Amino acid sequence: MKIRAQVAMVLNLDKCIGCHTCSITCKNVWTSRDGVEYAWFNNVETKPGIGYPKEWENQQKWKGGWQRNSAGKLEPRQGGKLRILANIFANPNLPEIDDYYEPFTYDYEHLQNAPEMQTPPTARPVSVITGQKMEKIEWGPNWEDDLGGEFSKRSKDQLFKDIEKEMYSTFENTFMMYLPRLCEHCLNPACVASCPSGSIYKREDDGIVLVDQDKCRGWRMCISGCPYKKIYYNWDSGKAEKCTFCYPRIEGGQPTVCSESCVGRIRYLGVLLYDADQIETAASVANEEDLYNAQLKVFLDPNLPSVIEEARKQGIPESWIESAQKSPVYKMAVEWKVAFPLHPEYRTLPMVWYIPPLSPIQAAAERGVMGRNGILPDVKEMRIPVKYLANLLTAGDEKPVLAALDKMLAMRAYMRGKSVDKTENLEVLQQVGLTQAQVEEMYQIMAIANYEDRFVIPSSHKEEVEDSFNDKASCGFTFGNGCSGGVSSGTLFGKKKEGSIIFVDMPKSRKKAAQESGAD
Amino acid sequence: MNYLQQFLFGIYPYIALAVFLFGSLVRFEREQYTWKSESTQMLHRGQLRLGSNLFHIGIIGVFFGHLGGLLTPISVWHALGVTHEAKQMLAIVAGGILGGVGLIGLLILLYRRFSNPRLAAVTPFRDKLLLLWLLATLGLGLATIPASMGHMDGEMMVMFMEWAQRIVTFRGDAASFAAGAPLVFQLHIFFGLTFFIIFPFTRMVHVWSGFGSLGYIGRAWQLVRPR
Repeated sequence: MKIRAQVAMVLNLDKCIGCHTCSITCKNVWTSRDGVEYAWFNNVETKPGIGYPKEWENQQKWKGGWQRNSAGKLEPRQGGKLRILANIFANPNLPEIDDYYEPFTYDYEHLQNAPEMQTPPTARPVSVITGQKMEKIEWGPNWEDDLGGEFSKRSKDQLFKDIEKEMYSTFENTFMMYLPRLCEHCLNPACVASCPSGSIYKREDDGIVLVDQDKCRGWRMCISGCPYKKIYYNWDSGKAEKCTFCYPRIEGGQPTVCSESCVGRIRYLGVLLYDADQIETAASVANEEDLYNAQLKVFLDPNLPSVIEEARKQGIPESWIESAQKSPVYKMAVEWKVAFPLHPEYRTLPMVWYIPPLSPIQAAAERGVMGRNGILPDVKEMRIPVKYLANLLTAGDEKPVLAALDKMLAMRAYMRGKSVDKTENLEVLQQVGLTQAQVEEMYQIMAIANYEDRFVIPSSHKEEVEDSFNDKASCGFTFGNGCSGGVSSGTLFGKKKEGSIIFVDMPKSRKKAAQESGAD
Repeated sequence: MNYLQQFLFGIYPYIALAVFLFGSLVRFEREQYTWKSESTQMLHRGQLRLGSNLFHIGIIGVFFGHLGGLLTPISVWHALGVTHEAKQMLAIVAGGILGGVGLIGLLILLYRRFSNPRLAAVTPFRDKLLLLWLLATLGLGLATIPASMGHMDGEMMVMFMEWAQRIVTFRGDAASFAAGAPLVFQLHIFFGLTFFIIFPFTRMVHVWSGFGSLGYIGRAWQLVRPR
């Protein structure tokens, strides 16, 4: 048994209001730079929709993730090592920037500087890549926000697999949900496996997957390898970049920026202990529907004395073991089984998990009578088809999703009984297999969601691995080359990375005019 | 042989190789963040797949053809029973085919590079220079074929082998072996040597990493970094 710890995340989709605050704060911190304007380490998609980049879930098209070959071994869907190397001159599975969107800004200056004219001046869109005016913005990172666009286009959504989707095109039957997405920091990352330079790695202590910016050579195999399309090619620097899980914050015991800023309190961070020796077995089970349960078996119960003893022996710090015992992620994912991995069929063993959303009982509104499952409303009659959620979270197996939705409804019924009717409805708990203590804790963590319950992050123990005296007067986070970033714009060997830069400069023609007129 | 030829074929090769090796080393040591392939595939695919594959197959073939053809001692060829005529024929055919493939690829890449507004906007001067320099070198190389056809005895080729082998074995009289060659050969050598000087200052350094990436074949799928 090889015990490792990971800081994992759960997102409670039942509470996501699709406000994009996570995306905006993330962008301001991490991707407000040249070359990654188009990249959103965190983005929020409205489902059903094809998402960002277009149809990212269509692995027939993009060839992301792993597949199990006839010998039962895993290899990246885009091919084995020789195939990947053979594609190094031109990657046939690489999205173009238009699959994300052409990054743009607006010619705001024109609003102030326009000469006297008949019609009010407008701020036309300007491409950040070419600096040229764009005729029309055709796509963006949240183009389908709140079901924007036609159903025929949105319904290319892969989650409609095995669903008669046409009925959901009508206004009465339409449904939607939000899906905030970030790097999954997988246990079996396909990006790491696809990198010919070996520049992507998983950190042993907290499981965060990072790209070594100095070592990345821009072979761009990780971009097609990642089935979530959460590695981005910085077209300015020529390097791959990805969500860092805000590792400088995590190391200090603080939540990631997206989690900290979430106004709906839907995000949870906590430690999971897992057995690294079980990863390959769990990711290679034959039946895709079994992958969710196989992944659950990789996690270790942090309360078991044998696990605690072994973890100590293998050098997991005491504070990390304690955090694992209090981990909201462990409780939701493993203990209560209300949170699920995103697309387990990609066989990456993702570590950002999702609680499926409840939705109104659709059929009841039509019939005037509510279908019942015992004393709970029948979740199969919800507006969002359970099959749709199962295609997202359990490779199509509806049972675990139904059980989770039932538990959430039971929690509501129990708490409603307790606070409104002043009765303790134990029957409903029995039906879903929860104890009174569990449901109280579920309520505390999932409904009240206090800061300290949502984020249980032990700080990293840097003092054990490096002499912090050497960090004296160092630069902290840089884009490689130690402190040399952000000083001069050019060297013999090409452009140096600068600090933060505005997205796009004024068009050269107007810049010249402005200089001539003496204006700044 | 005049002083210019002495410089170009006797001294310039050492300057070029020194800049090539030490430049690469210094860049790898000091500026690894700038060390990359600088792919533009994401901004505009166009004919990249066809062009890039043709170009790389051609150019890598030509490179190893030159390396093996020039630096393998003549005695080895004799031992193998390959006559000078046969070796020249091999060089012309293999070089012609691979060079042609590389040239077609390069022309496709150049068209892609210069016809797309996005690529035009992001391509730095050094990239344009590099591509055009490669075109000139490759074109001159292919232009030597008609000159070679004029004398199929292979003796001029042997002179170039002598020159190259004397350069890498530090013998001072190397230059005289190349100085008598027709102008098109001399120009090809000059452009080729200069390419080594350009190399460490452009994205050509990705070639080192390209060969380095062969290590990927023997690597484990997953990489975990300890604290």
